[in-house]
Amino acid sequence: MAGTPFPFAALLERPDIWRGDSLSRTGTPAVPSGFPELDAELPGGGWPAGALTEVLPAHEGIGELRLLGPALAALSNRGLRLAWISPPHLPYAPALAAAGIDIAMLVVVRTTSPIETLWAAEQALVSNACGAVLAWPQGAKYAELRRLQIAAEGGRAPAFLFRSPQIAGEPSPAALRIALGTAAAGGLAVHVLKRRGAPLARSLLLPAIPPAVRGKNHHVDRHPAAPAAARDFLARLVHA
Amino acid sequence: MRGWSTPEPFAVEERHRVFACDRKALARGVRAGMAVSAALALAPRLRVVPRDPAAETEALLGVSGWAAQFSPGVALEFPDGVLLEVSGSLKLFGGLEPLLERLHRGLAEMGWSATLAGAPTPRAAFWLALAGKREFIDSVAELEAALAALPVGVLRCGDGTLEALEAIGVRTLGELRALPREGVARRLGQELLDKIDRALGLLSDPRNFFIPPARFRAAIELPAEVTQAEALLFAARRLIVQLCGFLAARSGGVQRFVLGLRHRDRAATEVAIGLVAPSRDIEHFTLLARERLFSLALAEPVREITLQADDVVPLAGRNLGLLLEEGKAAGDWEHLVERLRARLGTDAVCGLVLRAEHRPEHVVCVGEPDSKQLHLDFGERPFWLLARPKRIAEIGAVPHHEGPLELLAGPERIESGWWDGDDVARDYFVARMQNEALVWIYRERRGEGGWYLHGVFA
Repeated sequence: MAGTPFPFAALLERPDIWRGDSLSRTGTPAVPSGFPELDAELPGGGWPAGALTEVLPAHEGIGELRLLGPALAALSNRGLRLAWISPPHLPYAPALAAAGIDIAMLVVVRTTSPIETLWAAEQALVSNACGAVLAWPQGAKYAELRRLQIAAEGGRAPAFLFRSPQIAGEPSPAALRIALGTAAAGGLAVHVLKRRGAPLARSLLLPAIPPAVRGKNHHVDRHPAAPAAARDFLARLVHA
Repeated sequence: MRGWSTPEPFAVEERHRVFACDRKALARGVRAGMAVSAALALAPRLRVVPRDPAAETEALLGVSGWAAQFSPGVALEFPDGVLLEVSGSLKLFGGLEPLLERLHRGLAEMGWSATLAGAPTPRAAFWLALAGKREFIDSVAELEAALAALPVGVLRCGDGTLEALEAIGVRTLGELRALPREGVARRLGQELLDKIDRALGLLSDPRNFFIPPARFRAAIELPAEVTQAEALLFAARRLIVQLCGFLAARSGGVQRFVLGLRHRDRAATEVAIGLVAPSRDIEHFTLLARERLFSLALAEPVREITLQADDVVPLAGRNLGLLLEEGKAAGDWEHLVERLRARLGTDAVCGLVLRAEHRPEHVVCVGEPDSKQLHLDFGERPFWLLARPKRIAEIGAVPHHEGPLELLAGPERIESGWWDGDDVARDYFVARMQNEALVWIYRERRGEGGWYLHGVFA
């Protein structure tokens, strides 16, 4: 064969070539999660924009919303809408406001069937009118998720799907899949099951704890009522 | 004439003669003026309906209302002509060709077939169109030659006059003009000559301009009884195009319009479509109508579709930024909310509003998206609030919810609401479940007491 040998190194420089053992950092639009240690492990440095993210909390209430809080706050304060599609309970506005989320940017969509939930999520993504789409689909199939992923790719919004941890073994078209568990120190353990890049073996520990609980980990407060209340009251007086 | 996608050819008769027919009938040899029996022999499946002058007038008014978006000077030429004074509109629409393109497309979208022609005088333009000539004459000098070639039928004078003209061998306006004027005026009337002079611009031809009505109301009678949503949408879209032209003429939009589906025996089915913000976007209206029509369970086939819009509000022009504003989503938020509401119902899409209240279940009320917000400071609150507090067990003075709960913070006493009969007296705690989830629970301080789960921190 004649001609110059193809420079292999030059090939690797191409931006559309992705090496399996490295994280792609450029060209992936992302929304910072607000947790530096998590951002460091996510391609593009945050929640993937224009893509699906599956959040699989071990059980409800483990901290799945606290994890998204900083990103949602940043998006809403930039005047972007947050669509909550078929949430399991009423999102409680005082807590959202306390997390810095502009409630005026929030819209809650209630659906009566899983098909409607997927449809509404797809509409929200296709419209490109939302800063973030949060959806709680029930028993979605691969083909339906693929549809959502394609809908998300047309826009700039990160799409979060909250699903049961039982489906962790099923294939998914989502760009990012994270499972949430609890950690010994009372923080949130984040396992990145899938990302655009090499798999992440270790899990991350995030300090996503409500302020009231900080410093009260794993010791039984024998008289929780009076002293805690007095402390809180004094603290609020000082703040006021 | 409005075309339909039905397989049968279609014709309108007047006094047992074919008055007009569609292309499918033309292809089978049916011609205007032919006896109905002859037409039926040529096309046995021809659907013949008697001429309906009232429907024609309504159609003409509908087209005029739609056409008013292209010019403020719209005049009617009963029973089948609409005159538009377009010289002032050419610049706005980018010249004659783009304007004609829009007229053609709009008329086709409403299902009309039309002949467009133009001339310096309204009567000449109308005659050209009547003669089926798609010509556009822009100078008075060329007008005379163009009109001379037109058949005398365009004069629309009585049958007697036309027969008299035929008897003396006059077929075109040019031949008529070649005759001595005094003789023509004496035998056939001065009116005939005045008409031609008006067409040539020698006499003035004042017109009353059409004033569109304040409300929009239009109907389409369907060629056959219809049950499929697709066919209903097809007809509804024609009305929507007409509505949007009507709105464009008034620089307005509507926030609500009503599609009425008329049946043979039952009362009409009304489908009201509401919007978050006024609009006159054909595609958007069609999309909303589609969602509603496809989810509709029809009790009976539909014979006629009506479209009604009462409150036309001015639609303010929007200034676009020079650059795309960073952070602003490109999509149209109002359209998304309307689409979701069209399928899921108005109540299914809502925003949250904070209220100055102490009782947790009264703090948030459901409001319109984009409601104004109070800035209030509360204590530690959970992200999820249960729709109603859930009673949980108390075992050995410790609250249990899937195992014993560990109290982390509290109590926060909330005692309020005595004025409206829904008063509460509770001590709230933040508690940790065995599986590390954080919950918001309270101890009832009245009646028999007990523990309740009220929120999840998530």
